[in-house]
Amino acid sequence: MNRIGKKLQALKDDGRKALVTYIVAGDPTPETTVPAMHALVAAGADILEIGVPFSDPMAEGPVIQLAHERALKHGTSLRDTLNMVAEFRQQDADTPVILMGYANPIEKMGYDGFATAAKSAGVDGVLTVDLPPEEASEFTDVLRAQQLENIFLIAPTTTIERQRAIASQAGGFIYYVSLKGVTGAGHLDIASVEQKLTEIRSLTELPICVGFGIKDGATAKAASAPASGAVVGSAIVSAMANAEDGKYDSIPTIISDIVSEIRASLDS
Amino acid sequence: MSSTIDFNQYPDNSGHFGPYGGRFVSETLMHALDELEANYARLKADPELQAEFDRDLAHYVGRPSPLYHAERWSRETGGAQIYLKREDLNHTGAHKINNTIGQALLAKYSGKTRIIAETGAGQHGVASATVCARLGLECHVYMGEEDVRRQALNVYRMKLLGATVHPVSSGSRTLKDAMNEAMRDWVTNVDNTFYIIGTCAGPHPYPELVRNFQSVIGREARTQCLEMTGKLPDALVACVGGGSNAIGLFHPMLGDESVAMYGVEAGGHGVETGEHAAPLTVGVPGVLHGNRTYLMEDEDGQIIETHSVSAGLDYPGVGPEHAWLKDQGRVEYVTIDDDEALVAFRKLTQIEGIMPALESSHALAYAEKLAATMSPEQIVLVNLSGRGDKDILTVAEIDGITV
Ligand SMILES: Cc1ncc(COP(=O)(O)O)c(C=O)c1O
Repeated sequence: MNRIGKKLQALKDDGRKALVTYIVAGDPTPETTVPAMHALVAAGADILEIGVPFSDPMAEGPVIQLAHERALKHGTSLRDTLNMVAEFRQQDADTPVILMGYANPIEKMGYDGFATAAKSAGVDGVLTVDLPPEEASEFTDVLRAQQLENIFLIAPTTTIERQRAIASQAGGFIYYVSLKGVTGAGHLDIASVEQKLTEIRSLTELPICVGFGIKDGATAKAASAPASGAVVGSAIVSAMANAEDGKYDSIPTIISDIVSEIRASLDS
Repeated sequence: MSSTIDFNQYPDNSGHFGPYGGRFVSETLMHALDELEANYARLKADPELQAEFDRDLAHYVGRPSPLYHAERWSRETGGAQIYLKREDLNHTGAHKINNTIGQALLAKYSGKTRIIAETGAGQHGVASATVCARLGLECHVYMGEEDVRRQALNVYRMKLLGATVHPVSSGSRTLKDAMNEAMRDWVTNVDNTFYIIGTCAGPHPYPELVRNFQSVIGREARTQCLEMTGKLPDALVACVGGGSNAIGLFHPMLGDESVAMYGVEAGGHGVETGEHAAPLTVGVPGVLHGNRTYLMEDEDGQIIETHSVSAGLDYPGVGPEHAWLKDQGRVEYVTIDDDEALVAFRKLTQIEGIMPALESSHALAYAEKLAATMSPEQIVLVNLSGRGDKDILTVAEIDGITV
């Protein structure tokens, strides 16, 4: 069991929900990312999901698209992202880190080269949005050889047969996409989430975290009630974007405010 | 090489052309693609749909499109006889409508009431808006802001046809970004929406179904050439943006070993400048827009911006079947730059009285070069994929004229 599994087990033993937070590496500048990661942990994040900037982030809503564009303005690459994780690891040996991104930068580096570099940087899992299980088996094997988890999405549209195929390759946790839409969309339907999670749980022992459309403590609490945790992305990224115009010193405080509120709500 | 390959066996059951193609999309869309694949498998054998498709191609599009012997141009070139497959004479002025009618019928027979499409030059957007007007379907077209500016006439045409045009301001504001935005719309509205992709790219089964709908071009051209000349063409030439007009012409003749094939990519300011749209010529395999194919990307795997004078070729990827045909050596991919295309645009207009689209002008420019190296008994068949009316403002701007 790597850091992801241990963390989720410990939270379960404590009767607490996992708070998974998403920011984009290099947004708004490369220097802000590692301090932001520490601020997220200090404010109560359990697992860090780090977006790898990509020129064509097809699954993202406007907030996260802009974050990718800001990061790419400084040329933040997959290699840079791995370096940031390595730097974070110098002070934090325990918090699980997941990379979330698209297939092409990883393919460019090569599966083996990427997996080796990710392992040595201290990455624990990888979620590749556009690599469904049909196309992922080789990548899953390469990741497993490095004890890295391949994390998969399950969507409201995922049939039982597909859920089974996903469960057979998935590691770490299942990321349940709470709605039909892009990241940051606002039409969360809690009742349908509950129903789908019951279905997924009959197929896999893996913990399930719910994401997309969670914007504050209240929605995080509601969405994670039937699950092991909640994933919050656009809300944090858009709050950080308010710190633009060079006032990047305020980012840790901004993060602290928004994440503490969600943490408190999840623990209440 | 080609004799041992049965080109009709591709894509394989999982949607791959060798290492290319496949289905690289987020999980939310996987079920929609499974459903589309199943509907297509069922409906392509449905005699009612097939009859409706054939009827529409004949009476609405105006097929078969003529094969025209460009005698004067051939004589001036002094080499092979050049024949033009006149897709510019189709309703709406380009080959795009062949595919749009096919996909709109799939949408109708699958009970989807809302259509989305991406467009670069606007030809596919216009074709989609046209078919939606006729079938009474709601139509949303995504178009990069840069293309909205370059193709103002087509934007207005779409609006007149009742479509909603959504300018896309993300990324490079061109076709690839329009496609990203269409995918985002589809993820959000997957229950009632059919995404009509305009070229033979995207996740399986799109490359296959677009090819099949466009193959009417090559089937007709083969028959017409045999009827008119008693033999098959020696060479086929077509421009390649995503590759749909090219695959439509090539596919029915891939098994005819004597027929050489040339796909012409946009050389932009010249391949050596880096400002072009020629992924097959200088790109590398990667993953974008749901398929593995040749892409223009940087050393970090970021997709890079392309340049072409013709909006319809301004795309950093290419249909996966072309990637595979390149590797097989069955089709040769070459480039023509902006200036060469503009020369061909003027030449065909002045010598034959046919104003070609700037996209098609790339094919014409290469065909002229090729024909000049061949003998007068030989035949070069060019896909004249569209007419040039939409490009008049672009050409006028280059000439420094305000129309
Ligand atoms: C007239 C014309 N030809 C060619 C193309 C390029 O597309 P494809 O390569 O899919 O045929 C376009 C695209 O807009 C077009 O309008």
